[in-house]
Amino acid sequence: MLRFIALRLVKAAIILIAIVTLNFFLIHAAPGDPAAVMAGEAGAADELFLQQLREQFGLDQPLLTQLWLYLVGVVQLDLGFSYRQQMPVAELIGARLPATLLLTGTAFVISIVFGTLAGVMASARVGKWSDTLISTTALLFYATPLYWVALMAVLLFSVQFNWLPGFGYETVGGNYEGFARVLDIAKHLVLPATTLGLFFMAVYMRMTRASMLEVSTLDFVKTARAKGLKKSVIQRRHIFRNAMLPVLTLAGLQAGQLVGGAVLTETVFAWPGIGRLMFEALAQRDYNVLLGVFFVSAAMVLLFNLITDILYRVVDPRIRAS
Amino acid sequence: MLKRLTALAATLIVAAGTAYADPIAGGRANVVIQPEPPSLMLGLVQNGPTQMVAGNIYESLLRYDENLEPLPQLAKSWEISEDGLTYTFHLFDNVKWHDGEAFSADDVVFSADVFLRETHTRLRSTLEHVESITAPDANTVVFKLKEPFGPFIGVFEGGTMPIVPKHIYEGTDYKTNPANNHPIGTGPFKFVEWVKGSHILLTKNEDYYIDGLPYLDEIYWHVIPDAASRAVAYETGVIDILPGGSVENFDVSRLTAMDNSCVTDKGWEFIGPLSWMWLNNREGPTADKRFRQAVMYAMDREFAKDALWNGLGKVAQSPVSSSTRFYSDDINKYDYNPEKAKELLAEMGYDGTPVRLLPLPYGETWQRWAEAIKQNLEEVGIKVEMVASDVAGWNQKISEWDYDMAFTYLYQYGDPALGVARTYISSNIGKGSPWNNVEGYENAKVDELFDKAAVAVTKEERQTLYTEAQQILTDDVPVAWLLELGFPTIYRCNVKDLVTTAIGINDGFRDAYIEEK
Repeated sequence: MLRFIALRLVKAAIILIAIVTLNFFLIHAAPGDPAAVMAGEAGAADELFLQQLREQFGLDQPLLTQLWLYLVGVVQLDLGFSYRQQMPVAELIGARLPATLLLTGTAFVISIVFGTLAGVMASARVGKWSDTLISTTALLFYATPLYWVALMAVLLFSVQFNWLPGFGYETVGGNYEGFARVLDIAKHLVLPATTLGLFFMAVYMRMTRASMLEVSTLDFVKTARAKGLKKSVIQRRHIFRNAMLPVLTLAGLQAGQLVGGAVLTETVFAWPGIGRLMFEALAQRDYNVLLGVFFVSAAMVLLFNLITDILYRVVDPRIRAS
Repeated sequence: MLKRLTALAATLIVAAGTAYADPIAGGRANVVIQPEPPSLMLGLVQNGPTQMVAGNIYESLLRYDENLEPLPQLAKSWEISEDGLTYTFHLFDNVKWHDGEAFSADDVVFSADVFLRETHTRLRSTLEHVESITAPDANTVVFKLKEPFGPFIGVFEGGTMPIVPKHIYEGTDYKTNPANNHPIGTGPFKFVEWVKGSHILLTKNEDYYIDGLPYLDEIYWHVIPDAASRAVAYETGVIDILPGGSVENFDVSRLTAMDNSCVTDKGWEFIGPLSWMWLNNREGPTADKRFRQAVMYAMDREFAKDALWNGLGKVAQSPVSSSTRFYSDDINKYDYNPEKAKELLAEMGYDGTPVRLLPLPYGETWQRWAEAIKQNLEEVGIKVEMVASDVAGWNQKISEWDYDMAFTYLYQYGDPALGVARTYISSNIGKGSPWNNVEGYENAKVDELFDKAAVAVTKEERQTLYTEAQQILTDDVPVAWLLELGFPTIYRCNVKDLVTTAIGINDGFRDAYIEEK
């Protein structure tokens, strides 16, 4: 097991460096650079001004030198400095991380709990009207664009009924403290987290349902039935446990994206998370911030892939043997 | 309908302004800021959102009323010598920086002569006309010019010459000074916090040098990245003020129809935003004057104004905006005349070579506008290819002259020498900037007229020269002028005196107050 983890970690490090290098060239291939964007925004700029900016940002150096300097920094866990925002990149990401984790984490829990539950329910009543209802609803969530759901949710629950705040992380200027603040944030969290969770909820539901149905036709389930076990016991102990593997795979994939944030949801709900930081950095060609976000998300994906692989071995001993 | 609505709102504001005399102190303003500014250090960054927030933190010597006449700010009075060479400013003597240090004429000299010369491109070129900047005593500043420079009285505005604290910046690296993250100015509001991606909080400057001002206790600037969400924020009452341009134009009528909702398009006179399409004068069909004139005739600009801009703004007839000094009416005007356009195209023998059109990637209104123009042009037989791009790509394409036609809008800063000449004089041709003579127009006569007009002593002389320049330009059509943009500021009607100057909301919170509903 230890040898397996060590091997995977070495592989991950190599992949990470390859990703950083690739991202670096991709970003630089886009037209424009941060100096030109800043000059453009200033509404007036001359060559001297651009020159000053490029020197300050280190953009006047050859591309390979810039890449080398960046890689050396990354190895020392230094993600560089955002000249646009006048802050170290690590600090910028760190400031946005709690909001993003709260949002994506909540959506993750919502989708996995309700999705799996709905999947189990649907598979137990396969072909009946309740199965059709659950499956159709899931298909609807799966097929509807996220931003549309988001906007409709705001219109309905925020504008029409005024039940929930439509945007933001907390009431700006509310000065809530302690439990009142937690409650305030929770209220703000409901719409974005639900919106974001709906899509994955549908995916979990469909995955669980299909997997449950597949496992229920296997021989050991027949044996269990023949033994005269109760239906609920078979569902829980025999079918559900064996049907969990594909769900786990999906959860691993989704968990890897937790840190990357959710650009659309964060934008519509004005949620101050990493997705927006990344999107704005892209528009502004803020290279260091963009690379930093990519680096952190890539590292997380690799980490969760590793965790998923380890979990496989825990859940299903057959994988360990092979 | 909308026009009437706007007119109605305007009368309401006037009526309210006269009915209630005593401003009420206290209260909080919730304002949208879009996009989130890169920095609040106005001496380093002067883009729109930075100035909108920081214009309440930093100040300059003067403000300007809607006719661009100077008003006192840090300077309580001023004189200009007979020969137009010496400008003397007398400063308020009880001004303090937000950190408690006393403000003096030395700060003004440092800002204009040292700090801004290094950081402020636009001011730097103006300062070339200045011989010396001195402080004979703590409350007096004297600017001596090399030659008369007509527009000089117009450069003492917050975004053009923000006064920065000498005691913090002298001898430091301005761009990396830690104070940039906690701006210190002399303005009516102090910086408190900036939660990136969420909000900026300013609070009342209790030691402001004019007794009783400001009235508001605090201003929250909300960062809401999605245009539809910004409209919702106003509808749900979270936001009280939507500065011009912060919601899509098609949402404006819905928001202004709400109870207690007012709208004004004032407050943009100083910058005078004028939109046009760059036409590449170097190559392709756009190099032919007749083609460019045909473009002017082919565009239905009244339609664009009514359908896309809610009737706000004005069709631009001249390179000089009608709110800018020295606008002339005695010029070649272009009405919507597709037949004339077709004639011109036939005369030049346009062979159907497609032209690339680059829209301004600033949101839905601009995208739709580009589509409307494309349709107009195709109706007279011009083939148009739209080029998709984001802001950075748009910048790059225009700076590198890689376009045939491209949308833009620029500020005029009240005087042709500051905001108009730069687009048409040949010395301002050079790759690398999207704001210079990008179209590549060269005309020695126009160069001469702009040069002379900038340093002519009397207003009459300047008017004659600028009129001639406008006549030549409207005949040559180096760029295709679209609209003098009108940006609607939407706000609750019980917010009073928000827009009182030509600088609008950028320094408007000094006098604003909130009345009980």
